[in-house]
Amino acid sequence: MPPALAAALAPVRRPVLPALPVRAAGLALLLAVAFVAIPLTATDYWYNAILIPFLIMALAGLGLNLTMGYAGQASLGTGAFMAVGAYATYNLLLRLPELPLPVSLAGGGLIAGAVGLVVGLPSLRIKGFYLIAPTLAAQFLIEWVFNQVGWFSNYASSSAISAPRLVFLGYDLSSPAGRYALTLTSVSVVTVLAWRLVGSQTGRNWRAVRDGETAAAVIGVPVARAKLSAFFVGAAVSGVAGALWAFAYLGTVDARSFDLDRSFQAMFIIIIGGLSSLSGSFIGAAFIVLTPILLTHLSNALLGGSLDGGQISNLQRILFGALIIGFLIKEPNGLAALLGRLRHPAR
Amino acid sequence: MSFFLETLAGGLLAGVMYALVAIGFVLIYKASGVFNFAQGAMVLCAALTFVTLTERDVPFWLAGLITLAIMVTLAVAVERVVLRPLVNRSQITLFMATLGLSYIIEGGSQFVMGASVHELDLGISDLPVAIGPIQLSSFDLVAAASAGALVIALWLFFERTRIGVSLRAVADDPQAALSIGIRLPVLWAAVWAVAGFVALVAGLLWGARQGVQFSLTFVVLKALPVLIIGGFTSITGAVVGGLIVGAADALAEIYLGPLLGGSVSTWFAYGLAVAFLLVRPAGLFGERAIERV
Repeated sequence: MPPALAAALAPVRRPVLPALPVRAAGLALLLAVAFVAIPLTATDYWYNAILIPFLIMALAGLGLNLTMGYAGQASLGTGAFMAVGAYATYNLLLRLPELPLPVSLAGGGLIAGAVGLVVGLPSLRIKGFYLIAPTLAAQFLIEWVFNQVGWFSNYASSSAISAPRLVFLGYDLSSPAGRYALTLTSVSVVTVLAWRLVGSQTGRNWRAVRDGETAAAVIGVPVARAKLSAFFVGAAVSGVAGALWAFAYLGTVDARSFDLDRSFQAMFIIIIGGLSSLSGSFIGAAFIVLTPILLTHLSNALLGGSLDGGQISNLQRILFGALIIGFLIKEPNGLAALLGRLRHPAR
Repeated sequence: MSFFLETLAGGLLAGVMYALVAIGFVLIYKASGVFNFAQGAMVLCAALTFVTLTERDVPFWLAGLITLAIMVTLAVAVERVVLRPLVNRSQITLFMATLGLSYIIEGGSQFVMGASVHELDLGISDLPVAIGPIQLSSFDLVAAASAGALVIALWLFFERTRIGVSLRAVADDPQAALSIGIRLPVLWAAVWAVAGFVALVAGLLWGARQGVQFSLTFVVLKALPVLIIGGFTSITGAVVGGLIVGAADALAEIYLGPLLGGSVSTWFAYGLAVAFLLVRPAGLFGERAIERV
């Protein structure tokens, strides 16, 4: 073999980058901005319209990303899991008021996880795209149950029930800044837990099942356990997101805010942001939450008086759809991969 | 007893209408492996175009032709702009792309033709017809008959025409089909055009039933369990699945709904689909994948 060819075939030696310290510094900066700089500068509009929904949808996307991105189990039930988390937390706060808020939130997440586990059971037999059937069944059935069974909403007369006040250690968290603090803390904690989990044996099992289920089973990966744990953890994370959506964002618990569109939104977030990428969930959520706002401002500025609201929203629909298709075409691995390339352009 | 039969027959006839939408899915899935969520938007687009034209006193046949031409143009555009750049991507990516597509088609149709509810009168009377002990709607019978005719026409198209045979070749093994010179892009455009035609028929029938409006897109959600029960790749499956879902839905609404204290139609068909899948994981008529390492 000529030396040139041998050199070409030799494994590429990547320079050992000081990856971790740089990333750690970046992360620390990000957290400092989120926890210190934003509370010092943000207005109520920023909290209510942008920051809080962005963080919560990122968390919902993260939940789906664990189930679908890491473990390869397609799910259109994110909205349902969010609803379970919201209603479970509501009932915990209502019926066990002595529990502190974080415990109720976590409890709501765990209950959502248990429901996710049940919904995941058919995945032991049904594979691939057919798996959307049980998750869709859960989506419709759960929405129906919460509308139908009065106990869950404490027999409220309207279908949207107002959330109880958010109090923790004597602090009232109902101001925009308080709700932001609650959301940000919860999201950070859950993200760290997810990051640890993804790097653990469980996370490796998930990826093994995703990449080759039969192969994984042959080498002794506990496939059933991996699938069910992925459904449990993913639904639990989405459940916490749902509870936050109801309590920290909307201020009401309403099954209609967790419909199929919400599930689609979560799926858009992880496809556009990046499958099996934690940061992808955040980038995708930023895209999904910010784009409609930007489009509204843009179209109001450009077309303000000339078109009525309905037409403008139709135009936004078209643009949003086009943007989604465009990103899918241009960036197969999601926006997270794009950012990765910007950071390490030579690879 | 005659009430039971009437419910059953009404359900079966509604099931044929579900099957009509599901067939549109099957066509595209078979040929290109794309789970086309935009089928509902295509139904809306076709019905809206047709009704807008007839309201401007365009005769029915001409309105039908113009709508068909628009659907074919749409099909070719979709192949060019969306499918071709996404070739070899994962199924879920393609699915999300069709979701994006459905936003564009819905937004576009309503932008051009408005969002108000249109009446659509196809000139088919809706009178009760007595068959033996039971009463059926004449409109439902005509709708079922047209759907049946469409299924036979599609079957002939797939079995007897050159395009149909190439389509089956592509569905069977895309690489082998490409290597013997079958032109995939042409086929894809053709199959989307046929799906557009199916959407037109479905849009007219559903539109005449419930008015042409945005909620037409929700027939997709009715067609999904049909598709899952029948299997994604079989037209027969879509028809059988449609009949099963239609009948079961109608019976459940009458006999199960009151027991549970409310309408069960939003989720019952999906529960049924899961039950079927647990017994046959690729639907009744779907192809079972062989697993290799």
